[in-house]
Amino acid sequence: MRQQDPNRRDVIIIGSGPAGLAAAIYAGRAGLDTLILTGMFIGGQAATTDRIENYPGFPKGISGNELTDLMLKQAERFGAQVVNDQVTEVDLLTHPFGVKTASAQYESKALIIATGASPRKLGVPGEEEFIGRGVSFCATCDGFFYQDKTVIVVGGGNSAVEEALFLTKFASKVYIVHRRDRLRADDILQKRVGGNERIELVWDSTVTQILGDAQVSGVHLKNLKTGQVSTLTADGIFVYIGNVANTQLFAGQIELDEQGYVITDARQRTSINGVFAAGDVQERILQQVVTACSTGARASVEAEKFIAELEDRAYPGFSIEY
Amino acid sequence: MMIELTQENYEKEVIQSELPVLVDFWGIRCARCMTLMPAVERLAQEYSGKVKFAKVDCPKNRRLIVSLQGEVQTLPTFLFYRDGEIVDKLVGDDVTEADIIASLEKL
Repeated sequence: MRQQDPNRRDVIIIGSGPAGLAAAIYAGRAGLDTLILTGMFIGGQAATTDRIENYPGFPKGISGNELTDLMLKQAERFGAQVVNDQVTEVDLLTHPFGVKTASAQYESKALIIATGASPRKLGVPGEEEFIGRGVSFCATCDGFFYQDKTVIVVGGGNSAVEEALFLTKFASKVYIVHRRDRLRADDILQKRVGGNERIELVWDSTVTQILGDAQVSGVHLKNLKTGQVSTLTADGIFVYIGNVANTQLFAGQIELDEQGYVITDARQRTSINGVFAAGDVQERILQQVVTACSTGARASVEAEKFIAELEDRAYPGFSIEY
Repeated sequence: MMIELTQENYEKEVIQSELPVLVDFWGIRCARCMTLMPAVERLAQEYSGKVKFAKVDCPKNRRLIVSLQGEVQTLPTFLFYRDGEIVDKLVGDDVTEADIIASLEKL
């Protein structure tokens, strides 16, 4: 079903994490001319996860990059074209939709936004300055640099605890600094933390400043209950305090919620006909590979329906002929 | 083509190189590294004869990383060498192909 115009597609999927790849598998199998624009991170955040233990079908768990690599191959097998490029601009207010990247310009009948979310930063002095010199947002990328060293993980959710456990493979000491007096992470993870001698929990505390000279040397902490300020010495800081939706490209064109996530209905439709969203970019409750895949699949099926309607008869609101 | 670096050949291939050298420090779990890799390999062909391209699989070469005394702490990191000295450095998830080209042009 390749079309004549190389820059015109049935569906363009922006993002190559599990949501985008699942959408591409479904779109490809449905015979749609499908293009994935990968963005900065092929495989998305899932690809940087050490071990994914709760994605059905892998009883022993699977590494994140292996899983997303398999999904990518599956999408390509069904004819989706994968282009390693970053979208710089979209035009969703005219149809066909316009998508501009660093090196090309495309048009598509339907669009699936699967741009995911990025790690939230602490926003404290020293953070930006020490990125690459002790501050990291990816334990699986950078953890091995901290062999026999002391690191701090900031956060108390699943990601923070999983990465803290991963870091104990290298670091001799891992502090988990959390602003509450209990972790939000799943029980199974909390039990592993309890059984790990290298991990020490620092409750009710936030990082107020990252310290160092050429390298990170530690942090200033503030105890939220007592107000007491202290210094904790460490060689590395890993930040896992949640995510920010990657929606800067779409602001002003589609409706976002107050936290910047794309608003979707139960059919993954956004505020614009023909534009769908899937995965973390629209998921505030359960940011998991399994939910990303399911919303990706649904977005794809809805995109297919949208195109079918468009081609059978003029779609309300548009006077476009294909 | 990119040369695979280890602790054994780093001195010869990088420090003693007659050509300027780009060293790409990567790891399989680093999504940004893997996403950039095809572009870096393409640039290696484009700059063939002008700049030597080399890469380090970091998790497999931890001693080499330690010997670089803190120059590499986050992936991806790109070090640019001329006459055995580091003259430029790109670090982190925000690095783009355009940044790499800009650094190569300055070499």
